[in-house]
Amino acid sequence: MSAATPVTATAPAVTPARRRGGAATARRRTAVVGYLFVAPVALGLLWLYIYPALATFVLSFTEWGPFGGNTFNGFANYVAVFSSQTFWRSLLNTFGYMLIGLLVIPVAIVVAALLNKPGLRGVGVYRALYFIPFITLPVASGMVWKWLYNGEYGLINQFLGVFGISGTYWVANPATALVAIGIVQVWSQIGYYLVIFIAGIKGIPAEYSEAAELDGAGSFRRFSHITLPLLSPSIFFCTVINVIATLQIFDLIYVMSQSSSANPAFQASQSIVTLFYEMAFVDNTKGPATALAFILMILIAALTAVQFRLQRRWVQYA
Amino acid sequence: MRSRLVSGPSARGTRLGSVGTHAVLALGAVVMIFPFVWQVLTAFKSQAEAIAVPVTILPAEWRWDTFREVFTVLPFFDQLRNTALVAVARTLGQLLLCSLAAYAFARLRFPGRNVVFALFLSVLMVPSQLLILPQYEIMADLGLLNTIPVLILPGLFSAFGTFLLRQFFMTIPNEIEEAALLDGASRLRIYWSIMLPLVRPALAALAVITLMNAWNDLLWPLVVNTDPTVMPISAGLTTLQGQFATNYPVLMAGSLLASLPMLVVYLVLQRQFVQGIALSGTKG
Repeated sequence: MSAATPVTATAPAVTPARRRGGAATARRRTAVVGYLFVAPVALGLLWLYIYPALATFVLSFTEWGPFGGNTFNGFANYVAVFSSQTFWRSLLNTFGYMLIGLLVIPVAIVVAALLNKPGLRGVGVYRALYFIPFITLPVASGMVWKWLYNGEYGLINQFLGVFGISGTYWVANPATALVAIGIVQVWSQIGYYLVIFIAGIKGIPAEYSEAAELDGAGSFRRFSHITLPLLSPSIFFCTVINVIATLQIFDLIYVMSQSSSANPAFQASQSIVTLFYEMAFVDNTKGPATALAFILMILIAALTAVQFRLQRRWVQYA
Repeated sequence: MRSRLVSGPSARGTRLGSVGTHAVLALGAVVMIFPFVWQVLTAFKSQAEAIAVPVTILPAEWRWDTFREVFTVLPFFDQLRNTALVAVARTLGQLLLCSLAAYAFARLRFPGRNVVFALFLSVLMVPSQLLILPQYEIMADLGLLNTIPVLILPGLFSAFGTFLLRQFFMTIPNEIEEAALLDGASRLRIYWSIMLPLVRPALAALAVITLMNAWNDLLWPLVVNTDPTVMPISAGLTTLQGQFATNYPVLMAGSLLASLPMLVVYLVLQRQFVQGIALSGTKG
């Protein structure tokens, strides 16, 4: 209370000594309040996030016994993962999803650049339309696309038929499943990246473009020499986020391809996370599953670190 | 004179370019939106019509029965209610708990603050899949499998939410808080009646992000709840696909109904959605 007492020049309410003591009490009280405020989330994170993360690390070196009797088995789980054909296939597929997924960035940049044209009408309507797939339940999107991709009744094949092209069972054909699902991933994410790039382009001072226009630079030159370099911090951020997200792709694959393991494209479309789900909750091989989860985390950390290293070469902070 | 020479052709170019721009954007918009149009059209068709070759675009007869059927092949109402309950509980919980912690991290000094905050940041880097098996065991030990709380609990605590809000509390000038302290206001009061209103845009942003994540969540519900009546709609729909793989109109009607609530929320809160993403993109 004493710390809250106003101290004025005309009437000093407390002596310096008492004031120091009061300040200490106030500081202690502030600290207590701080701990109380932080405690709920901190304890929750400790209980359901930090402890589980550490537990997974430990469990990845143990064999899961039937009644919680886990025994240390060294690197056996990792050996099991690395020696399985399915793991390498899934890893390769996951990189495939990542590379296709990155297409969302150029697409979103081009759309954002078009939407930022001065005086363009209906920007809000376009943005809303492009954003809707991102809002839609991924399971629902997956189902619609699976239906569009259907080999017999699907609209895509009907459309291709008009041009004399005979399609395939896009998500049930091992040759096409990964690309077909990857395209849906890109489609569903455009809205998110679009919003970030629109904000990024808006942040570029118009004078730069105007000056270049007076110097006779065409719209393509202005885009490649002014917009793109000045947008590079946003592009970097989006690339990092996008890589992390696609390395964890699950929903669309689960809905479009994994609903039946009899699907001939089951293996060809498997990602690390769908494999993790299979191992942990279908095949009940929890030891190797924890090892796989840990490998995924290392992979995400490594690819993020590489991107941060490379950013010096191409990201320009104005 | 000179400026007319420059602006003349440029203005004409803009008008011509604007037609081209609209053409490209409109084509893109059709691609973005077409799957939903097809979803709606299929939902109103009969099964026979849905799988007829060649494809008919419009239903011969608009049937509403399919929408009623969704509620009989699935505990659809329960699942929608579960999803809404979980999404709202997680959002309100996160807003309250994260804002308390964020306020403390940003404005209060206490020993060990930086260490604890670093711990929060480390949580951001861990993918959720890494946590699922131990989280599952914890929930099983508590006897919470196949209940609603199991869907809510892990989503109440968020390192991301705390971090996002902290960035905003940091930008508020010290003087506002000092003045309130001199007036004898408690920290809890300052947090609730002064600071929270000041970071309202950030709260709204966190709310829409959390709401959407909770609505879309699939892997965790799939793992912890196998009883259809306590599943959220995302997981419920996947069971529909397994059992009734060939009934496309029901599948489409179900997908449509499950996405609709979030679409409505989006149309009402468009600004907050856009702001939320722009914020998470720059401050997160």
